[in-house]
Amino acid sequence: MDQLPALQVMLPLVMAPLVVIVRHPKWSWALATITSFLACWVSWLLLQQVMDGSVIRYAIGGWEAPTGIEFYIDRANAGVALLVSGLSSLVLVYAYHSIQRTVDKSKHYLFYAGWLLCLTGLIGMVITGDAFNVFVFLEISSLSTYMLIAFGSDRRALVASYRYLVLGSVGASFILIGIGFLYAATGTLNMVDLAVRIPDSESPRAVLVAFSFLTVGLMIKAAVFPLHGWLLNAYHHAPIAVTAFLAGTATKVSLYILMRMFFSIFGDDYSFGLMLLNWVLLPAAIASFLIMSLVAIYQTDLRRMLAYSSVAQIGYILAGISLATQQGLTAAVVHMFNHGMVKATLFMSVGCILYRVGNTHIPSLDRLMSRMPFTVVAFIIAGLGLVGVPLTVGFVSKFTLISALLEQGWWPAAVMILVSSVMATAYIGRVIYLMLFREARGSTVTSHGYREVPILMLVPMYVLLALGLYFGIFGSQTLSLAEGAASTLLGGYQ
Amino acid sequence: MDVIGLYNYWIVIVLMMAGLYILIARYNLIKKMIGLSVFQTSIFYLYITIGKVEGGTAPILVDDPHVVYSNPLPHVLILTAIVVGVATTAVALALTVRIYEAYGTIEEDEIRAANAEEQDI
Repeated sequence: MDQLPALQVMLPLVMAPLVVIVRHPKWSWALATITSFLACWVSWLLLQQVMDGSVIRYAIGGWEAPTGIEFYIDRANAGVALLVSGLSSLVLVYAYHSIQRTVDKSKHYLFYAGWLLCLTGLIGMVITGDAFNVFVFLEISSLSTYMLIAFGSDRRALVASYRYLVLGSVGASFILIGIGFLYAATGTLNMVDLAVRIPDSESPRAVLVAFSFLTVGLMIKAAVFPLHGWLLNAYHHAPIAVTAFLAGTATKVSLYILMRMFFSIFGDDYSFGLMLLNWVLLPAAIASFLIMSLVAIYQTDLRRMLAYSSVAQIGYILAGISLATQQGLTAAVVHMFNHGMVKATLFMSVGCILYRVGNTHIPSLDRLMSRMPFTVVAFIIAGLGLVGVPLTVGFVSKFTLISALLEQGWWPAAVMILVSSVMATAYIGRVIYLMLFREARGSTVTSHGYREVPILMLVPMYVLLALGLYFGIFGSQTLSLAEGAASTLLGGYQ
Repeated sequence: MDVIGLYNYWIVIVLMMAGLYILIARYNLIKKMIGLSVFQTSIFYLYITIGKVEGGTAPILVDDPHVVYSNPLPHVLILTAIVVGVATTAVALALTVRIYEAYGTIEEDEIRAANAEEQDI
């Protein structure tokens, strides 16, 4: 049991080369899926251990921190690790059929190996307690993400991947510069140690430079509004299973690191008191959910519409962070989970449509309900969750966020959130209307019916949907977990 | 403020800005990659500069208590970062080859034009 933190990262890391050795498309898929489920189980066990507010510090190779590298697991990141590994497991089950259409059979094993490496990187970023280690895991996940995106069937996927590579590398390099300055200012890389030494650093200017570089670099990786350029094409052209996985996890992990940095390493007195960060974050957040929701209404492609909506939702999370209060952070954390689940479900249902219809052009979805009822029902329920209708997870997080904003007296921001929710109703409602009611206009749609997708695609989608509904109806469970995470983040390192 | 004494940092800044400029201003995908490499190399240089100790020698333990060593940790860190940089460049070049096969060009503006045409159809 003591070795669980190491196992969490080692499992997918060791299995990735094994998948390459296996080579057989079906077996490599099975191996990758089993590995992912095991990793999910490990993170579940870890979450159980830290639920009561205790902390696991795992010294790698027996070298105690701050000399050695350690994994640092508490309430705040165990949940994020569970989200990442859980989504990865479900989407991997789903990917089996979905990938057949986009990736050549001879390359399946490379796809699954890349997936496992991406999972390694994301989990590693979340649970590590060493600043430089964050960079290493970030690059592991990024490099495998570039590869996964390039698997898209369209040649535009290659360009999207290249663009993400350029922007992602610049972001990662900024993070590297930031870590370098932090090391120069404090002489340590261990996050707990950094939090202790930063206030008495001899060179506050180096700390300031480190803070700025880290903020900008992480914001690029998290696709915060003005820096979201790479996300749209990447989500649009990547294989849909990859999009579902990334939309639920990759940006969320960067946002978690951002929170860790603002509240635990630098402390909110520094980040928000001295640096006035809320004057940077809140305008970015508001611009993000207003502009991106508006643009999403005018999209004619379902995948692109959801990509815009993803950037908008990151804005909500950022608004919660910018409050820097217990309630605001709770809202940010709970929305991270809820949006991860909702958006993964949405992209999975879009993938089902892509599997049968062959494209995701919105006008070609006329009366899809009569031909693919299960897929459409999943899309509708998840879509309502995105809008924030009561009884869905979206309602829980939006309600928390708005009450957190009102608590601080920031009512204009709360009004903006309502406005953008109306816009979300518009873009989701338009698609639902098309799917349910509109008559086909002849030539664009083939008259013979589409069949429903294979059961292996429906099951993970509905499991995720059921989880979403469960957490929507019994919202107090995720809320209490998020409250614990928020107080851990705000409390800094013990 | 000792401007001349900090010449290492000036080199870092010049290299970094030059790399970033190439990355943004050039349309050719290979040239972009050269820019990114210069940018990353400047960071390696920054780290090595941080590890320098006045009068320090290479950090190999010798039997003399008066010897001053330079800090080996940044060197180790940057060794990792160099590997990451090589991997990034390799992935980018592989992507460039695939893009060339798919589009017949590696100029970003021509690729954009080809994509725009595709969207009209």
